Amino acid sequence: MSWNAFATVAETKAALEAKEVSAVDLAKHYLDRTAQLNPGLNAYITLNPEKTLSEALSTDNKRSKGEVAPLLGVPIAHKDIYLIDGWRTTCGSKMLENFVAPYTSTVVKYMADAGMVTLGKLNMDEFAMGSSNETSFFGPVKNPWDTSRVPGGSSGGSAAAVAAGLAPASTGTDTGGSIRQPAMFCNLTGLKPTYGICSRYGIIAFASSLDQAGPFAQTAEDCALLLNAMAGFDPRDATSLDRPKEDYTRDLAKPLKGLRIGLPKEFFGEGNEPGVLKAVEAALDVYRKLGATTVEISLPNVKYSVPAYYVVAPAEASSNLSRFDGARFGHRAKDYDDIVDMYKRSRAEGFGAEVKRRILIGTYVLSHGYYDAYYLQAGKLRRLIAEDFKKAYEVCDVVIGPTAPEPAFQFGAKADDPVKMYLNDIYTICANLTGQPAMSHPCGVDENGLHVGMQIIGNYLDEARMLNVAHQYQLATDWHKKHPNI
Amino acid sequence: MSLSAQDIERIAHLARIRVTPDEVGQVQAKLEGIFKLIDDMQSVNTKGVEPMSHGLDMVLRLRDDAVTEKNDRENLQRNAPQAAEGYFLVPKVIE
Repeated sequence: MSWNAFATVAETKAALEAKEVSAVDLAKHYLDRTAQLNPGLNAYITLNPEKTLSEALSTDNKRSKGEVAPLLGVPIAHKDIYLIDGWRTTCGSKMLENFVAPYTSTVVKYMADAGMVTLGKLNMDEFAMGSSNETSFFGPVKNPWDTSRVPGGSSGGSAAAVAAGLAPASTGTDTGGSIRQPAMFCNLTGLKPTYGICSRYGIIAFASSLDQAGPFAQTAEDCALLLNAMAGFDPRDATSLDRPKEDYTRDLAKPLKGLRIGLPKEFFGEGNEPGVLKAVEAALDVYRKLGATTVEISLPNVKYSVPAYYVVAPAEASSNLSRFDGARFGHRAKDYDDIVDMYKRSRAEGFGAEVKRRILIGTYVLSHGYYDAYYLQAGKLRRLIAEDFKKAYEVCDVVIGPTAPEPAFQFGAKADDPVKMYLNDIYTICANLTGQPAMSHPCGVDENGLHVGMQIIGNYLDEARMLNVAHQYQLATDWHKKHPNI
Repeated sequence: MSLSAQDIERIAHLARIRVTPDEVGQVQAKLEGIFKLIDDMQSVNTKGVEPMSHGLDMVLRLRDDAVTEKNDRENLQRNAPQAAEGYFLVPKVIE
């Protein structure tokens, strides 16, 4: 069978519906390509061809019986943070090296209900803590565009797999930029929805008030199709939004005439690599040609996003990761003196350096006497940042800027300096702190040919408009149609 | 802010993570760098600001006090490092 590995979800869906291709053929195609290319990229941690092919066969049988589902037979690969019953789920950690999930996360279930076939589990920074995929216990993922560079993180495997044509789409999670930054580094479109749109049930928790699931794909249209499947109320997630389903594709075709784009001066400063700014400026010209207007805005408190985040995220992580104690699941040390020593050694052996650092920071800021100075102060800053955005939406519909200040960097460039690594997320973190939706789409290359992403931040629940904005840009440009030569 | 070696040992104990004497210096240096970054936010006057944890300020739902989950013990214990007769086995804690 001949199949374009870079076909979009929309094209794949159409080909399946026209019976030009079967789900089994597609699954085989991506599994074969993965067998060939994954050893060089390390995008997948776990494959289970037997399960994948049996799921694919079952969707083909459904189709032949006349059953319909929105994405029946379309393959999808999941970040290894999503539990899927019977699949090993490692979260990129030695702690869960041999953990087999006993139940399925809601997002994966909803996607399976929509007919999607699971191709495998994707590599990631350990417990989603990292911006380069270098913290994975299973080794770093290589960027398919340049294997000496990082794919971004923490959803690095999710980005690399789609960029290399090892899956037509994938899921990721975004706590501080973990979908948007790798989407930029690998020339993809990635979306972090409004907090509460996608259920967190069955996604291994990092920072519960920030974590949100979202899709990676070649196009904004695909992200809309995928979000239609992923989103939905779930009583098992206490912060899931109880609201009717919406169709995120409904506004894709709307012209952009009259759209007001806010450009925060804080996002266009000297901290950006010149090539990144140039690409974003060129993309803004395209938006103006499409009928949008731009207005300069200011988000004066957004500069506190990174410090506030490095209180909130580690604090919540230290609490969430206390469940890994070597008693009920996960790694247990071989030798220990007593139960406390068992906890300490199991955690010291099972967690990598970055995860331990964050647990220690979180433990400190939550320890007796420090709560007001850290967690409470960070919570108040979240409010101030959210108010900055609220004010901005009086004069604009979406906020746009670069996704990250520099494109994909070399392995090792920041690995020894956590603060340098953290500052790579300077533009993405604010949307997690406020809970707003945000996405990244390809918008050009810098002087070295490295891909630049444009971030669109929207008001709460405004995903359909943001996808419309990105889709109209993609109709007028072809950056998103460029694929690595592998 | 500066952290002492004793601070690191105390936090590590609270976090139940073994940090060997050789590692303390390295951990201390990295954490100090991170706290330098965090301490940037201390200068902001936030008097009277209501802290936020959810953008839409939703309140947690209540549910009916009803049994909704089935007993799935065997399945859930399959990942236990040591289990027997429905219990998780740990080192002796009561003499």
